[in-house]
Amino acid sequence: MTTNLEAIRFEQVHYTVDSLHILKNITGSFPKGEITTLVGPSGAGKTTLFRLCNGLKSPSSGEIYIHGKTINSYDPAELRQNVGIALQNATMINGSVRKNLELPLTLQGKALPQKDAEELMHVVGLDKDFLKRNSKDLSGGQRQKLSIARTLVNRPKILLLDEITSSLDRVSQQDIEKLIGQINQEYGTTIIWITHNLEQALTIGKYTWVMMNGELIETGTSDLLRNPENDKVKRFVKGEVE
Amino acid sequence: MSFLTLSITLIFVIIPLVLSKTLNLGLEKDTLIATVRSIIQLLAVGYILQFVFDSENMIYILLMITLMVGAAAQNARKKGASIKGITWKLVLTFIFVEVLTQSILLGLTITPPTAQYIIPISGMVIGNSMVLGILFLNRFTAEMASHREETELILSLGGTPKQAIHRQLITSIQASTIPTIESQKTIGLVQLPGMMSGQIIAGADPVQAVMFQLLILFLLLTTAVVTSIMLGYLSYPTLFNDRMQLLEERLENLD
Repeated sequence: MTTNLEAIRFEQVHYTVDSLHILKNITGSFPKGEITTLVGPSGAGKTTLFRLCNGLKSPSSGEIYIHGKTINSYDPAELRQNVGIALQNATMINGSVRKNLELPLTLQGKALPQKDAEELMHVVGLDKDFLKRNSKDLSGGQRQKLSIARTLVNRPKILLLDEITSSLDRVSQQDIEKLIGQINQEYGTTIIWITHNLEQALTIGKYTWVMMNGELIETGTSDLLRNPENDKVKRFVKGEVE
Repeated sequence: MSFLTLSITLIFVIIPLVLSKTLNLGLEKDTLIATVRSIIQLLAVGYILQFVFDSENMIYILLMITLMVGAAAQNARKKGASIKGITWKLVLTFIFVEVLTQSILLGLTITPPTAQYIIPISGMVIGNSMVLGILFLNRFTAEMASHREETELILSLGGTPKQAIHRQLITSIQASTIPTIESQKTIGLVQLPGMMSGQIIAGADPVQAVMFQLLILFLLLTTAVVTSIMLGYLSYPTLFNDRMQLLEERLENLD
């Protein structure tokens, strides 16, 4: 049963590759219009969960609901435009920053007006002069910002961020945290953010999911990371599980 | 050329055998196998062709072309084994290229509808199409494996599978057809084509030999481009499902 307060709901979702269980019986939801962080050790299945939400993969069993509708009832392109994803590696296509920025519209046979391009660059804190540069010349932080801006071109209602600050310096990290907070506030975008940084999870996210070995172990407000109930989560928070 | 003269030409096989033995190159066994196979295969083909030419029966011509298509598909399929239904895609491509080229040649009465013309030209067209198919499949599978992240990026932004592999497809088509185009630029300057040389040695008028060679070169241009494009557009959909998801298990087989 889904409610209109849920952006994404999982019902007994399993994802298996060959005989390997990547996700096991995931049931839970991400609230609409809020920032939820997704934490857990490497190999917990967090990125796979994102791929399922964006429709890049389908669950082996179980059901995923996006805004109350089953994921398969969406046209795949429409789903991916509504559920944007920015990955850790911030992949760029060959060419200029502008070419990368307007890629989502190019794919729909449309062009991004210069004014909108400049505004998006401003939103993510990049100078408009960057538009002419080659995307290969950007730093890690700039690539991440461009990757977020590119995802925003589709005006997604849900934004999935996969460790987008993990390779950045402290200043760039804070810039992006501030930016995501603004996007959430101004556009009411639901944000789900995978992070290894528990401090970040506590400050940026209202809610948290803790995943381990393909299972959802604990969910609740981010405060749960201060006082976890589950023993496994306690060990993870103490840094005893990598 | 008599069989006695032909046997004397085996001296060109003995030279590499002696060199291989002396320098321990280990090429003796393969050289011997290659020599025996080429003698048997070519002589058999020679006698079969003689029979087909004499009979002038369209059924034998079609049978020869079917054998060529089958052998070419069997050879090229190994390079694209991970692409679902690759054998039929290759067969379809070879048949299409053959029908297209022969329709133009025979339809416009460029060549006469006899076995003497149809079979050798078909051999060149299908053989070239096979080599192009192998070149294309090699490059395409490598491009798909090395640009997986870019493919996924485009899909994740709402792009279609065709958009997601467009660059890889174009690069592979270009890479497989460029050798054909480039070799035509230097033809006659660096090397004389085999067919033309053979005709001249057999006593044909050199200008006539050149004109036939040009006909073949133009044919091979069409063959190269049509083979790559057709194979590309037949192959890429098998790497995706109807939810526009990249089937990674297929891609892993390409690594």
